[in-house]
Amino acid sequence: MAPTTLLDISEVHKFYASHHVLKGVSLQVPEGTVACLLGPSGSGKSTLLRCINHLESIDAGRITMDGTTLAYEERNGQMHQRPRTTVDRQRQDIGMVFQHFNLFPHYTVLQNITLAPSLLKKTSKAKATVRALELLEKVGLADKRNAYPSSLSGGQQQRVAIARALAMEPKVMLFDEPTSALDPELVGEVLKVMKDLAAGGMTMIVVTHEMSFAREVADSVVVMDAGIIIESGTPAEIFDNPQQERTRDFLRHVR
Amino acid sequence: MTNALLSQRQTALAGATDRVAAKRHPWRIVFGLLAAAVVVWGALNLWLNPALDHGTILKYLTAESILTGVKNTIVLAVIAMVIGTVGGYLVAVMRLSHNPVLRAIGFGYVALIRSIPLLVLILFMGNLALFWSRVDIVNPFNHAEVWAGWDMNDLVTPFIASILALAINEAAYMGEVIRSGLRSVDQGQREAATALGLGSRHTMSKVILPQAMRVILPPAGSQFVTMIKMTSLVSVIAGGDLLTEAQNIAATNLRTLELLVIASAWYLLVTGIATIGQSILEHRLERGQRRVSI
Repeated sequence: MAPTTLLDISEVHKFYASHHVLKGVSLQVPEGTVACLLGPSGSGKSTLLRCINHLESIDAGRITMDGTTLAYEERNGQMHQRPRTTVDRQRQDIGMVFQHFNLFPHYTVLQNITLAPSLLKKTSKAKATVRALELLEKVGLADKRNAYPSSLSGGQQQRVAIARALAMEPKVMLFDEPTSALDPELVGEVLKVMKDLAAGGMTMIVVTHEMSFAREVADSVVVMDAGIIIESGTPAEIFDNPQQERTRDFLRHVR
Repeated sequence: MTNALLSQRQTALAGATDRVAAKRHPWRIVFGLLAAAVVVWGALNLWLNPALDHGTILKYLTAESILTGVKNTIVLAVIAMVIGTVGGYLVAVMRLSHNPVLRAIGFGYVALIRSIPLLVLILFMGNLALFWSRVDIVNPFNHAEVWAGWDMNDLVTPFIASILALAINEAAYMGEVIRSGLRSVDQGQREAATALGLGSRHTMSKVILPQAMRVILPPAGSQFVTMIKMTSLVSVIAGGDLLTEAQNIAATNLRTLELLVIASAWYLLVTGIATIGQSILEHRLERGQRRVSI
């Protein structure tokens, strides 16, 4: 049986003032799979990711998760933004990892991870702490639980950021260039955590420039350019036998 | 340089050639002594001035009305600071709002209040009764039946008027302090909190404000020190502060100079304590930024 589609992005358009950044993007991500978004900078891949959890609004199209339209609802043949509280509740099911980690510097590693669950999921502080320690074990940072982010390396901070997102038990994880701000020797430890996560069956959408990661981990590779998806397929199809000239051009430049 | 450091250098440089002699600063001593002499002479001249009656100073330094004035000055400064900070937060949030009308009102408030001298504002508040002689709560349906009413002069006493004027003034300045604090927090922090599903209230109270505090507290502390001194302006409407009390005594015994010295001594003490408190606070904040892993 084919896995069901968890995330369905359909004909999404997005403008920044007069600049048409997304020109009708459609993408299905089946449950438990990893989609890697590739493409030159400014191609719209990060914007697409940020539209999924409504960090950016969209101008047309719809994004559904588990059959529910995210951030918008249809009324009288038009899409209307949902109330902020509803959008916030939907965001709890979508984990996001940022290029610059964005850990909360005034909280310890443990507090960073337990903040959202203990505020929002109404679990006891004790339960949230137990879960946080499990996650820290998973990302290999159990000994850093009382450290502040400023005392951690970039790679360690990003692993904490992954644990923080996982603490909300999301259905899907969005990664926005998670290794682009890291020193080269720290990239591996973050990618390893992401590989483990993928192997564990997490649905993931990853904007990345790490071609070897995409080839090894992705179930589907999506290449974007100038606001449209120009080509998508399995890693083998995209990397070994790209059909589009622009894909070949892009791959030549990143290699 | 400590002796230990000096002898360590001597040992390390024992075999070195072309040793450089310490630079000498003969004029430093001359100008230093000259400046100190001017200061001492000036201070003695003031203190030993025959116009100043030391007995009066000692007699009234801890007089009951002076102590009441000190207490009132502190109460005035604290209450006005609290109201001004809450008001300033509202002004800051308005100025950062997406609503253009709120943004304009916040901007207008700051611009208006900062261009009116505080002394003028205090005189306005002290003369509120000229605007409205009474405050009446009237039955809104027939406009005849008066449910409750106060004479403005009973409702807004000089002390209340003083608090209002100082707080209204403070809200404009604290608004700018808080606004710059909120803006100093990286946009990524708001995004991370939003992505976790923290609502706008939690995002503000748990993520943005605690980080903004580091930027807000030092200038807020110096605002408070300034506030203590500004309370003296309310003496023009007999606000019951330290300077009001000192001037009341001076009006009867005509010892103006001595009572100004007394008032200054108390201001020095109170602002001194506040300044020490502020620098302790700043040290705490700095230490917070250098926290390392345990």
